[in-house]
Amino acid sequence: MGKNLLLEHDHVPGIQSYEVYRKHGGYAAVEKALKQLSPEAVVEEVKKSGLRGRGGAGFPTGMKWSFLAKPEGVARYLVCNADESEPGTFKDRYLMERIPHLLVEGMIASSFALGAKSAYIYIRGEYFYVSRILENAIDEAYANGWLGKNILGTGYDLDLYVQVGAGAYICGEETALLESLEGKRGNPRIKPPFPAIAGLYGCPTVVNNVETIAAVVPIVNMGGDEYAKIGIGKSTGTKLISASGHINKPGVYEIELGVPVEEFIYSDEYCGGIKNGKQLKAVVAGGSSVPILPAHLILKTANGEPRLMSYESLADGGFATGTMLGSGGFIVMDEDTSIVKNLWNFSRFYHHESCGQCSPCREGTGWMEKILHRILHGHGKLSDIDLLWDIQGKIEGKTICPLGDAAAWPVAAAIRHFRSEFEEYVKHPEKIKDVQHYYRLNSLSEA
Amino acid sequence: MPKVTIDGHQIEVPDGTTILQAARMIGGPIVPPAMCYYSTLKTSGGYCRTCIVKVSKGSEKDPRPMPKPVASCRTTVMDGMEVQNITSPEVVEARKGVVEFLLLNHPLDCPICDQAGECHLQDLAYEHGMAKTRYEFERRTFEKIDIGGKIKLHMTRCILCYRCVKVADQVTNSRVHGVMNRGDVAEISTYIENVIENDFSGNVIDVCPVGALTDKTFRFQSRIWNVNPMDAHRDCPKCAGKVTLWMKGDVVARVSARKDKYAEVIDWICNECRFEKKELQDWVIEGPTNIERHSVISQNHYTLKEPSHKPVLNAVDAVDSSSTSNSGN
Repeated sequence: MGKNLLLEHDHVPGIQSYEVYRKHGGYAAVEKALKQLSPEAVVEEVKKSGLRGRGGAGFPTGMKWSFLAKPEGVARYLVCNADESEPGTFKDRYLMERIPHLLVEGMIASSFALGAKSAYIYIRGEYFYVSRILENAIDEAYANGWLGKNILGTGYDLDLYVQVGAGAYICGEETALLESLEGKRGNPRIKPPFPAIAGLYGCPTVVNNVETIAAVVPIVNMGGDEYAKIGIGKSTGTKLISASGHINKPGVYEIELGVPVEEFIYSDEYCGGIKNGKQLKAVVAGGSSVPILPAHLILKTANGEPRLMSYESLADGGFATGTMLGSGGFIVMDEDTSIVKNLWNFSRFYHHESCGQCSPCREGTGWMEKILHRILHGHGKLSDIDLLWDIQGKIEGKTICPLGDAAAWPVAAAIRHFRSEFEEYVKHPEKIKDVQHYYRLNSLSEA
Repeated sequence: MPKVTIDGHQIEVPDGTTILQAARMIGGPIVPPAMCYYSTLKTSGGYCRTCIVKVSKGSEKDPRPMPKPVASCRTTVMDGMEVQNITSPEVVEARKGVVEFLLLNHPLDCPICDQAGECHLQDLAYEHGMAKTRYEFERRTFEKIDIGGKIKLHMTRCILCYRCVKVADQVTNSRVHGVMNRGDVAEISTYIENVIENDFSGNVIDVCPVGALTDKTFRFQSRIWNVNPMDAHRDCPKCAGKVTLWMKGDVVARVSARKDKYAEVIDWICNECRFEKKELQDWVIEGPTNIERHSVISQNHYTLKEPSHKPVLNAVDAVDSSSTSNSGN
């Protein structure tokens, strides 16, 4: 365990600068790709590696790359999705902030593989200071001949740009991101056509997450087959997990996929157990949109097997008893956490971030938030719980983009696993009006 | 020529036809309702989700069903595709949900709304909706604003179909309005109280499926079922000049573009025809409009009677009609 591919040199002082990064083996992947491999060979290595999209959906990256249309005389683009806005996810920020050159290197190698002459990093507006770090790294890469015309004398040209978004969650959806990058309102496009056919400026485009692109670097360096040996089953390689919540050591951890969830939460190497010796109540395993799971289901699957940190194991049992690895936003909740309050907070987020393009999401997210607010403040009715269930069912799968699903899943899962808690809120409003919960959450002494 | 089966009706359609267009070719109750799709506007549709259908068989080559319900207005037909609309209980249920969502923040002020009687949302709610709302919170409201001298925007009623935005993009030569903000406070507006001023801006009124955009020269003049629609035309230098006159007795209460049976505009008309030519002598009346769309306009009050004003056929028209009939022979 303790496999570090992406964060291997994380601890090295000054790794943000080109010299230090280069001294620690940086840009070897670009050298290897451009000088020894053909673009097709790089794609082949990525296919062999079994790398899956790290942004949340977990789609095989090699397959996504091979879908890219390659018409003659039409530009192709690689766009890096750095619009990381999922509550509970902060791995990309960490990566870009600490080792910006890793992303730049990955962008060059991936662009070469895809035949893109221009590549963009679309970064969320709130990460403005990170965009400065990236721009510095890009300037250094230009100065040292890794970007621009005729890179390494191979005749390959690449320009890399950083574009700062304006802070909308929806722009993390790939087609909304492309719209925003084109300077338009960030509304998701209706698919098909998929970006691989008509993406940025109508040209074939690949949109990949920061971590996915960074993972291309070790894949090129070690070879796809070697990379595929790390991890478990179809979940190959390592994954950055943003651990937060009631744990002793919150932060970003690079894990080899397949680590048992129990080990991840309780081992001192990772989260270090629940804060203040409390009991585990629930975990949101992959960012706020994935279904929440109660302690007994996150530690063991419904069949009683230990649950592992992998795409397959977390999804075991479907949404009835499972969840998703998602973007790796691992939110741990202790016994004192109010699931209803937490859910209201998530719903408020999705209500606020809905783009308003299609009706189920535009109207439904706000409705769910209002009902949850009512329940939380002791004005709920028992029928509200069924109503919430009905509304989420009418949003899920009926919208243009996955934001509708992302808003519906947490509601469905919370009711599925913690229905009694909702009923408690409705039946005993006097109990919840006290402030104890608030003080416990904030570790303040009650005045 | 792909063959598609919709609710058991098979039809062969040209390449690139959408499911909704194919369903309209078949006709009848299997046609999905549409609130944002507009056949004459490119890239319209996909937003309102009322036209969602279930694709139970993708195509002959790839018979897998599509995992989620799809917007029929934006999904192209594949050969051998099988689609379920009213025969699928899930679709009917999902559509009910969409109608509920559309009505959630809608003020339901039909008794004072000028669109009542020709409102798509009214029809949709009547056919597919529930009789009662389950929403118990305050609805969002907006101030009414004037966008241009003759058009009133009442955003509270808007369902964000984006049709008026597409009209401004595709029919007029400039667009000064668009969607601002996001989520359930998204609104159609001009940026900092701009005025929409161009010759074809009035068409946004015709494409609006609800009463969000209304003609200020007709607001509160009459209920739509108390005026009689008449086809008329004039020689207009800017547009085709083919319109529908909405007559109250001998008075032209309103001028609108002609619409097909899905209430979609056939020919865009200019603002001069729409707002300024309100005298009977401006127009050559062709006869009563045949309203195919089931509508309160054609119920009870409307009779195909001769207008009291005698139609004037000028020489040009006479020549035109004779020449077409000759070539027909």
